[in-house]
Amino acid sequence: MEPIKVLLANIDKPNSTSIETYGDYEHARKALTTMQPSEITQLVKDSELRGRGGAGFPTGMKWSFVPKNAPKPTWLLCNADESEPGTFKDRVLIEKDPHLLIEGMIIAGFAIGSNPMSYIYIRGEFYYGATVLEKALAEAREKGLLGKNIFGSGFDFDITVARGAGAYICGEETGLIESIEGHRGQPRVKPPFPAVVGAFGGPTVVQNVETLACVPLIVKNGAEWFKSFGSPKNTGPKLYCVSGNVKKPGVYEFPMGITIRELIYEHCGGITNDRKLKAVIPGGASAPMLTPDEIDIPLNFDALMKAGSMLGSAGIIVLDESVCIVDAVWRLAKFFAHESCGQCTPCREGTNWLESVLDRLERGEGRMQDADLLLDMSDNIGGKSLCALGDAAIGPVISSVKKFRDEYLHHVTEKSCLPGTTRYRRLDMAVAAH
Amino acid sequence: MADLHPDNPYAPERFADPGKHVEFPPEARARFDYILTRYPTKEAALLPTLHLAQEVWGWISPETVHYVGSLLDLSPATVFGVVSFYNMYNQKPVGKYHLQVCTNLSCMVNRAYDIYDHLCERLDVAPGETTKDGRYTVVEVECLGSCGTAPVVQVNNEYHENMSVEKMDALLPQLK
Repeated sequence: MEPIKVLLANIDKPNSTSIETYGDYEHARKALTTMQPSEITQLVKDSELRGRGGAGFPTGMKWSFVPKNAPKPTWLLCNADESEPGTFKDRVLIEKDPHLLIEGMIIAGFAIGSNPMSYIYIRGEFYYGATVLEKALAEAREKGLLGKNIFGSGFDFDITVARGAGAYICGEETGLIESIEGHRGQPRVKPPFPAVVGAFGGPTVVQNVETLACVPLIVKNGAEWFKSFGSPKNTGPKLYCVSGNVKKPGVYEFPMGITIRELIYEHCGGITNDRKLKAVIPGGASAPMLTPDEIDIPLNFDALMKAGSMLGSAGIIVLDESVCIVDAVWRLAKFFAHESCGQCTPCREGTNWLESVLDRLERGEGRMQDADLLLDMSDNIGGKSLCALGDAAIGPVISSVKKFRDEYLHHVTEKSCLPGTTRYRRLDMAVAAH
Repeated sequence: MADLHPDNPYAPERFADPGKHVEFPPEARARFDYILTRYPTKEAALLPTLHLAQEVWGWISPETVHYVGSLLDLSPATVFGVVSFYNMYNQKPVGKYHLQVCTNLSCMVNRAYDIYDHLCERLDVAPGETTKDGRYTVVEVECLGSCGTAPVVQVNNEYHENMSVEKMDALLPQLK
């Protein structure tokens, strides 16, 4: 499979962030002046576009859930809180092609009947990205492409950049809504789903950056064109983030469904120092690990689901044979323990317990039952809280215990990592509290 | 106020300077007024207002919590609840250069802990603490979303990518 340049078509142009380079939003003009909102929603449905943030929910269907004539204003929120470990694709779009995102938001806002204000919720650490967006928005306002009566269509629309402040959970859509409202980013009980009652009590659609970036291209080229990439129900161009032990990490664009093997070995140059592959996390930290005999799976929503993992945010973390799997899983468990919002007991307590049991294994203080204990704790976390963070936390734990049980047991019996594997942290260094 | 917990750093009588009133300088006040126009409720302006306050004063002091609360008609408890939830609001002063080392998985397997340990040792500072001269604060942070150019160190608002111990040593003298 050859790499493509569809979503990334503009990023290598000189001054790619300037509206002079990008153009005057001709696809938004086409949508707002020649199409009805319902036609746009139908077009997106026909394209089979699925959300690129993690869950893979059909985008057009999400838009069609928004009630007409709701008593409170409808909101469009762009989720640019890219925080899933291993994921760095939205950052490229934001920093290199902000106008593609803004144009996508205008079209999406029109389709769902958004009120005249919407937000791009960008993680606070992406300070540079926020300044790029602010500049791009100012250019668009200057040209009358945002503001009142865009393209003479009678549609008023503007966008504000809302910066997060360092909380992974705000990438969860109801956590994001809480944060936009000025609260602690603690997810809400569902139902009601945001499409019915979301931000400020109104119907709300939350979409990932990459999803919105697909929208102008679908309006331009049509649903059939979009479906010509990938396979049925897993359509479109897709950005893959590859990191970890590979020679050429980075963001790669392919028709959805390239295999892990081809991506790693033919496009990313293979494993660092030509070592052997040990494990692949295919969809960001939350996705269950795959072993080297599972890498012929296509990277799409349904195939990975069937293999017991998930495409998630397409953050592919490659681990080679020198990595201690217990150490790697400890680091992810530490992340989830730190980022649990503290609202639901199974997640708040459970993620901390996962971290401490993994830590004692690394310290040679593990017990024979610890592998099963980790599975038992995972069972008590999964599906027992309001949002998916707890489920995310157990993904790497369960999959690694099942696939690398011998390595776990080695830590108990030999009180050390497997020969030839590395623990990257020093056990004598203090670990920051969370 | 006697019923407040004795350790509560946000009790008014425990302010570093109880008589001191903080207030945005005119330029920041103008930005605050603009922020208010962008949100449908005053409360929704809380996160951007705290970012602004941190830009002005470098951290969110107890005085700032009370001041921001008074601007947005929120109780200090509500404001502090938000401040303490989000990592990026500094609850104590930080150094002129805030060295934030990502140690999450992709950075870790690219030797981020070496950089982190080296910084703590070279600057003789405990994790999360500030050097005595007030110049550097060293912290370990979660994924910065730059895994393809791991390891990453964020210095104040700026990302330094593809870092190493050697590159960190070369960078430090530039951070005067």
